[in-house]
Amino acid sequence: MAEQAKNKWNSFNLEIVTPEQVVVKEEVEGVIIPSTDGLLGILRNHAPFIGALDIGVIKYLQEGTSHYIACNMGIFEMSGNMLRILPDTAERGEKIDVDRARNAKKRAEGRIERRARELDLLRAEMALKRSLARLKAAEAAEKK
Amino acid sequence: MAEHVRDIKRRIRSIQNTEQITKAMEMVAAARLRHAQERVESARPYSEKIDELIRRLAENTSEITHPLFIPRERHKVGYVVFTSDSGLCGAFNSHVIRRAEVEMSAQEVDVSLVIVGRKGRDYFRRRNHTFLAEFLAIGDKPLMSQARGIAGALVDLYNGNIVDEVNLVYTEFISTGRQQPVMFKLLPLTAPQIEESEERDEGAVSDYIIEPDAQSVLEMLLPRFIEAEIFRAQLEAKASEEAARMLAMGNATENAKEMIDQLTLLSNKLRQAAITREISEIVGGAEALKG
Repeated sequence: MAEQAKNKWNSFNLEIVTPEQVVVKEEVEGVIIPSTDGLLGILRNHAPFIGALDIGVIKYLQEGTSHYIACNMGIFEMSGNMLRILPDTAERGEKIDVDRARNAKKRAEGRIERRARELDLLRAEMALKRSLARLKAAEAAEKK
Repeated sequence: MAEHVRDIKRRIRSIQNTEQITKAMEMVAAARLRHAQERVESARPYSEKIDELIRRLAENTSEITHPLFIPRERHKVGYVVFTSDSGLCGAFNSHVIRRAEVEMSAQEVDVSLVIVGRKGRDYFRRRNHTFLAEFLAIGDKPLMSQARGIAGALVDLYNGNIVDEVNLVYTEFISTGRQQPVMFKLLPLTAPQIEESEERDEGAVSDYIIEPDAQSVLEMLLPRFIEAEIFRAQLEAKASEEAARMLAMGNATENAKEMIDQLTLLSNKLRQAAITREISEIVGGAEALKG
C-alpha cells in the first residue's frame, strides 16, 4: 500500500497526476477538492474514498501555507493516507497565464450570449467554467 | 580508370555535404529522442494509476458492467496503425506496417484500418486500402488533445457497430537500439481479473466510499483509460521513431565517411599515377632529345 507520511502527525501524501506529468507530489496537512457533489475536505486518516472530480480549484495546505491548483474533470482516490487526484489537466495557480484565461472567459461568454446551439452551448459553458477556475486559482495564488 | 581527379574531388565534396546533413539530423534526432523518452516516463504514472483505480473499483463493487467490457461477435476488426509523418527513419514504418499486415491477413473476418501518421496513409493508399479514419500531422510532440480525438473516433466506431474490435499496432520503445512493433487489444476492454485470495489478504482496503456511485465513476474512468492507452502508444511510437531515425542517420554518416575515405584513396592513387606518367614522359622526352 501507499507509504505512510512519516514526518508529522497530521500530514498525508498528495499526488496530482495528469496524463502528461506529475504536477504535485507532496506531504500536506489538508486538501479541499471540488468533487462533482460539491467541495470536499480531506484530512489525514480519511476513510477510503473514490470520487469524481469537477472543474474547479484544488486547495491544499502545506506547512501552514495554502496552494491553489486549477483542475479539469477527473477522478480521485483516498486510501491509506495517500490522496491521488487524476485530473485531465492541472495547473499551479502561480503559473497560470491570467491574460489567456481572461480571453478564454470572454470568448466563452460571447458564445453563450449569442445563444449557440445545444452542443456548442455546453462546450462554451465548460470553457467558461474552466477559465473561471483558472482565474480563481491565479488570483488566490497571488494573494497569499 | 577513366575518372579524373577533379571529378572524384567533386564527388567527395558532395558526399561531405551529405555527411554534414545526416550528422546534423542524427543530433537533432538524439535531442528529440531524449525529450520523447522523458515524455514516455512522465506519462507512465497516470496510466498506471488509472489502471489501478479500475481494478480497485472492480474489487469494491459487486459487479461492474459497461458496454465497452462486453465482447461481441467479431464481424469486422479494426486496426489502428501508428506510423510517422516524416521519413528518413530507417525501417521504423515498414516494420510496424508489416506487423499490421501480418495480423490483418491472419484474420478470417473483415478488417478495416485507422491510420495515424502520413507515412502509413501513403503506404496503404498506394495499395488502395480505404481507412475509417486518418490522423495526420501529429508533430514533434504528441498531445493529449490529439489522443482524445483519436479515442473519441475509435469509441464512436465501436459503439456504432462499425468495428467489433479495436487493436492498436504501434512500436514499443525498449531501448535506443531496440524497438519492437506490438499489438494491443483496446476494445472491447478486458475486465480486470480479481484474484480472490489476494484481495482477502488486504482486507483493510475494501469498504470504499464511492461518490456519486460506482457506475458514474466507471463512466468517467473508462474514456480516460482509453485515452491514456492511445496517448501511451503515441508517445512510445514517437520515441521509437526518433531512435530509429538517430540510428539510420548515424549509419548514413558512417557510410559517408567510408565513401569519402575510399574516394580520397582513389584520388591520391590517380594523382600519383598522373605524376608518375608526367615524369616518365619528361624523362622520355629528355632521353629522346639527348638522342
